Amino acid sequence: MSIAAATNGKRHRLVPPPSPADGALGELLEISMGPQHPSTHGVFRMNLVLDGERVVKLKPVFGYLHRNHEKIAESMSYLGSMPYTDRLDYFCSLTNNWAYALAVEKLAGLQVPERAEYIRVITAELTRLQNHACLGGFLLQDMGASGTPLMYAFREREKILDLFEALTGARMMCNYMRFGGCRCDLPPGWREQAQRLVAEFPAFLDEFEALLNENEILMARTQGVGVLPASLAVNASISGPMLRASGVNYDIRKVDRYGIYDRFDFQVPLGEHGDVYDRYMVRILEMRESLKILRAALADLPEGPIMDPKARLRGFRPKPGEAYGRIEAPKGELGFYLISEGGPHPYRYRVRPPSFINLTILEDMCLGQLVADVVIILGSVDIVLGEVDR
Amino acid sequence: MMETALRSELRKQGIFLTTLEELYNWGRKNSVWPLGFGLACCAIEMIAASMARWDLARFGAEVFRPSPRQADLMVVAGTVTKKMAPQVVRLYNQMAEPKYVIAMGACAISGGPFKQGYNVLKGIDRYLPVDVHIPGCPPRPEALLHAFMTLQQKIAAQPLTGPHRPRHLIAAAPSEYPIPEFGAHDLVPPNNPEIWQPPSITPAA
Repeated sequence: MSIAAATNGKRHRLVPPPSPADGALGELLEISMGPQHPSTHGVFRMNLVLDGERVVKLKPVFGYLHRNHEKIAESMSYLGSMPYTDRLDYFCSLTNNWAYALAVEKLAGLQVPERAEYIRVITAELTRLQNHACLGGFLLQDMGASGTPLMYAFREREKILDLFEALTGARMMCNYMRFGGCRCDLPPGWREQAQRLVAEFPAFLDEFEALLNENEILMARTQGVGVLPASLAVNASISGPMLRASGVNYDIRKVDRYGIYDRFDFQVPLGEHGDVYDRYMVRILEMRESLKILRAALADLPEGPIMDPKARLRGFRPKPGEAYGRIEAPKGELGFYLISEGGPHPYRYRVRPPSFINLTILEDMCLGQLVADVVIILGSVDIVLGEVDR
Repeated sequence: MMETALRSELRKQGIFLTTLEELYNWGRKNSVWPLGFGLACCAIEMIAASMARWDLARFGAEVFRPSPRQADLMVVAGTVTKKMAPQVVRLYNQMAEPKYVIAMGACAISGGPFKQGYNVLKGIDRYLPVDVHIPGCPPRPEALLHAFMTLQQKIAAQPLTGPHRPRHLIAAAPSEYPIPEFGAHDLVPPNNPEIWQPPSITPAA
């Protein structure tokens, strides 16, 4: 379904913000936004130069949450880094697990059993649901809808976290996937509970969309704001919903068909304007597609083992070589690049974080915009500082 | 001071007696406004605790203030890096007395899983007087609620006079703490010696 079809083609009448006729600048004001700011989604800082309300220059300042993830991983065993990947993008620990497991499986040549592949798809799509729901809540909170959309989103998130907790033992830091499979099998009743959640989730989406999609204020605040042209998005290697909102059809689930994604029938929603509104809508529509995948995966879930019998937990030493494993995380392309020298630790461990790379074009999107819109443009990028700074 | 048994007997008869100290602390403990300030993963659980399911509002603490001037409580929710530590101390200094600190999660207590890294502070209690520590990575929202209740008990038990009165009633007690700076290799000073000293290691006999 396209965005135009979902919103009956409604577009807010665009009133371009007034700009100086001759391009002359008034007195410039330099402000520092962050690291403690209610809408920087963590500890991110922007040094803004303003001409009145208009952004003339934006300089991002990173590193307030630099936790040495990559350096620590070089002295850890391969499995020892798995809990650290949970803390990269702390909304989506299961997709982080999957990307890392995929890279190591490539390195070590392990085969994942069919049941484990299904469980991986189910947990990853549930993660996508809760990430996108929360993003909608946070984005609207940045626009001034204090609390209510976020409350609705967190209500749904708690249901999904209950499933994660029943499966993995933890709400957020799941540490669930292993090289060659998954850590433990589904507990009794889990599948039925997940099916119930998938059946009930569309009601939440309907309510959310009915309240917001064609909301005049939301349209006025977001349409035509923070436009990212498709050419710039491709050149800056933007990925995920950000890229697709600019109209580029690139979804790693379709391109790489990693895991068993070729078995599921789902569409890739695309935007056409590349503005904040399209980014919001692409995520809403993606949730609907995730539900389709979940329905099919939960129905087809086969019986069988969940670990590759060749996989070894102790004394795990992959052959010398290098591997890059990537998945379509909720925020974009999440990749892990590993170099092995045959020892118990990786020689090099590199994360390709979607949040960080999607953030690189922040200045291009914000130039000429009003300072109040910087907040929602940043919100629509969907960053998590644990992943940006690592 | 009235006996507890007599007072509860009077309450049964519809006569409510209290002390100024109790009334004052009862008001204080039920309106603790936290600073809206999240550092890392734990902040998400802090937000979850303020949402409908756990409903932090029951404790009078749902009003997350964006400005430190309006906040009573700092929940240090997440990893404090060496780049962030000066800002955390500065924010604490900007808060008005009486003020309290909850260190939420393994990172804020001790550096947690990232303790071996080169850029992570090994516990915010090296620079700030922490009232309640919550272990966990991240702690569940119930654990945060328990910390709030612990803090409320602490506030309710503070006498307003005498040597054990709260810090904000002692004129000589510090309200601001020195802000560390990033020196050649590390934060300078590495800790505030007035509130934290490295544990002494006695050699084995």
